[in-house]
Amino acid sequence: MSDVTAGRRLTILASFHPRHAIDWVRANLFSSVFDSILTIIVLIVAALVLPPLFRWGITHATISGTTRAACTGDGACWTFIRVRFPRFFYGSYPSDQRWRVDVAFVLLIAFCTPVLRDGVRHKWIWLLLLLIVFPAIAAVLLWGGVFGLSYVDTSLWGGLMIDVIASFVTVAGSLPLGILLAFGRRSQLPVIRVLSIGYIEIWRGVPLLTVLFMSAVVVPLFLPTGVSIDRLVRAIAALVLFNAAYMAEVVRGGLQGVQQGQEEAAASLGLHWLYTQALIVLPQALRIIVPGVINTVVDLFKDTTLVTIIGLYDLLGTVEQALKDPAWLGFATEGYVFSALVFFSCCYALSAYGRNMERRLARRQ
Amino acid sequence: MVRKPSSRARIGQWIFLAVVVAVAWFLGSIGAETSVQRHGALGFGFLADPTNFDIPFRLIPWAIGDTYARALLVCVLNTLLASAISIVLATLLGLLVGIMRLSANWLVRNIALGFIELVRNTPQLVQIIFWYVAVLQTLPGPRQSIVLPVGGLLNVRGLYLPSFVGNEFSSTLWPLALLLLLAVPFVWRVPWRRGLPLAARSLFLLPLSVVLFAIGVDHADLPQLRGFNIAGGVQVVPELVALCLGLSVYGSAFIAEIVRAAILSVHKGQREAALSLGLRPRLVLSKIILPQALRVMIPPVTSQYLNIIKSSSLGAAVAYPELYQIFAGTAMMQSNREIESIALLMGVFLSINLIVSAFMNWYNRRVASVGR
Repeated sequence: MSDVTAGRRLTILASFHPRHAIDWVRANLFSSVFDSILTIIVLIVAALVLPPLFRWGITHATISGTTRAACTGDGACWTFIRVRFPRFFYGSYPSDQRWRVDVAFVLLIAFCTPVLRDGVRHKWIWLLLLLIVFPAIAAVLLWGGVFGLSYVDTSLWGGLMIDVIASFVTVAGSLPLGILLAFGRRSQLPVIRVLSIGYIEIWRGVPLLTVLFMSAVVVPLFLPTGVSIDRLVRAIAALVLFNAAYMAEVVRGGLQGVQQGQEEAAASLGLHWLYTQALIVLPQALRIIVPGVINTVVDLFKDTTLVTIIGLYDLLGTVEQALKDPAWLGFATEGYVFSALVFFSCCYALSAYGRNMERRLARRQ
Repeated sequence: MVRKPSSRARIGQWIFLAVVVAVAWFLGSIGAETSVQRHGALGFGFLADPTNFDIPFRLIPWAIGDTYARALLVCVLNTLLASAISIVLATLLGLLVGIMRLSANWLVRNIALGFIELVRNTPQLVQIIFWYVAVLQTLPGPRQSIVLPVGGLLNVRGLYLPSFVGNEFSSTLWPLALLLLLAVPFVWRVPWRRGLPLAARSLFLLPLSVVLFAIGVDHADLPQLRGFNIAGGVQVVPELVALCLGLSVYGSAFIAEIVRAAILSVHKGQREAALSLGLRPRLVLSKIILPQALRVMIPPVTSQYLNIIKSSSLGAAVAYPELYQIFAGTAMMQSNREIESIALLMGVFLSINLIVSAFMNWYNRRVASVGR
C-alpha cells in the first residue's frame, strides 16, 4: 500500500508542470464567477486574520524568562506555560518522583502499540496484557507504597496525568461492561433485557456532569459507615458506569452487523450459546466496532475535563488554578489555547487513527 | 432467534433481579438513614420551603424568598432557553459548514474541514470557558461598545439587542404570530387539493406571522449608552452568550458532518436523472437531493440535539444559572438535600430528553419516505 502511494507521489512529481498548476487553480478555485468571488473573499479574510494571529502567537510572543516581567511584548506570553508546564502534566505529584509517571506513560505507549498496530499476531494476548498486566504495573508505580517506592496519595495527582489515567481506566472498564450490556439488551430473557435497556437509557439520558456530581457528593451518603472511597476513584467509577452505556450501543451496532447465518451455523454444529457468542459472534463484532469505539474514546477523553467542575485538578483544572495565581494574572487566553492544543493533538491523532482503521476495514470487506 | 433460553437461564434471571433489588434496597436504606440523621426523612417537601438566594438571570419574575419549586421552574426555563437558542444556531451553522464541506472550491472545502476538526477534537468545556474568559471578558466596557448591525451592542456586560414595545393589540397578536410560526412545519405536510406549490403553502404563514407581529409593535427600543451603562433593549448576559456559543459551535461541527454524509448518501443516479430530465441545478438541490437527505439526517441530528440539551449543564462552568448550577450548587447548599437535588436534576433531564426524542421520532415517522 505504501509502495502504491509512493509511486503515485512520484508520478505526480514527474508530471508537475506550471500548466498543471494553473489548471488545478482554475478547476479548484476559479471554476465559476461565484467560485471566484468566494475565493477572493476567503483570501481577504485570511489576509486580515492570519498575520495578527501569527504575530500574537509566534513572532511577538515571549517564551524565555521565569517571571511575568519577561513578557513585555504585545504577543502571547508562553513563559507562563513554560514555567507551569510540569504542573499541567503532573499536578502536585512530588517532583523527585515524577519519573514514575514518565515510566508509566512510556509503558502505556509500549503496551498500546502492538494492540493498535495492524497485522500483529496473537493480538488477544497483547490486549490482555494491556488490560490486566499494565494496570497492575501502573498502579504500583503511581501509588507506590511497595517495593521501596514512596506512597503518593491521589490528592497529589493532577494535570494531564489524570485525564490519561481516567480515560484509560474508563475504556478498560466500560468496554467489557458495555459488551455485557449489549448482550443483555439482545437477550431473550425479559428481566435481563429490561434491566439492560433501563440501564443504558437512563445513563444516556442524563448529563455526565450530574453523574460526576453524584459520585462526588451523593455516593458518600450511601456508603456504610466506616467505608470511604477515594474521590478520584469515585469520579473514575462514575465515568466507567456512564460510558458503559455508550459503549453498549456501539457494541450492539457491531453485534447487529454480524450475519445471522454465523450464529445459526454455530448452533447447528452444536456449539453452546456461550461459545457461539464468545468465539464466533463477538470477535467478528469487535472488528466492526473499532472505529466506533475510537470515536467513543475521543469523546470520553474530552469529557474527562468535566472533573474540573467537581473540584479535581485535571489539565483544565490546573490551568484554571494557575490563572488565579496573583503572580500570573491576565494570561487566560494563553492558558486555554494551550490546553485546547494539548487536547486537540491527542484527539486528532486518535481520530485520524480511527479513520485510517475504518478505511482498512472497508477495503478488507 | 436460533434457540430458546434454557430453564436454568430463565430461573437465573429472577435470581439476578433479586440480587439487584437487594443491593439497591441495602444502599437505599443507608441513604435514608443518613438523611434522617442529617435533616429528617427523604422527601420533596422542601420544594415548598422559601429560598434565600437570588437567581441573577431569569425569564419569569423571581424574588428571594420564593419557593424551591419556583426556583426549579426558573432554572428549567433557563436551561430550555439556552438549549433552544443553541439548537437553532447549531443547525444553521451546521448546515452552512456541511454544505461548505461539499463545495467545489478547494479553499472553502478545506476551511470547513479545518473548522470541523478543530472543534470536534477540543473539549466542549474548554471551548465554553474560552468564549467566556478569553473572548467575552476581554471585550470593551459599555462606553466603547462594539456596534452590531440592526442596533445591537456588544460589550463586557453582554449582548444588547433591540426589543419591541407592544401596543394595545400586542397581547393577542403576538401569541397568534408565534402560533402561526410554530404551525409552519405541520402545514408543510398537509395535503391540499391543488394550487400553490408545496413550500409556498406553508411559507405564506411566515410573512403573515411577521405582519401580525409588526401590527402589534408600538416602537422599537434600541439599546443606548446612558451614563455609565446601557439602557433600553434586551440584555443577554455574557454567561448565556458564552454557553450558547460553546454549545452551538461544538454541535454545529457534528451536524455539519451529518449533513455532508446525508447529502452524499443520496444516490448519484438521482441527481443525474433529474439533470437529464432538464431540471435546473438549483431545483435539483432543493427538490431532489435535500428532501431525501433530510430524511437520512433526522435520527443522527436528534441525538445531537439531545447532546446539546444535556451539555447545557456545562453552563455551570461560567455560572449561567441553569438547572445544574442552581440545584447542584446554591439550592443544594442551602437545603442540604443532596439526594433529592440529584434525583430532581436527573429526573428533569431524563424527561426533557424523552419528550424531545419522542417528538423527533414522531416527526421522523411522518417524513420518512414511502417505499424506500
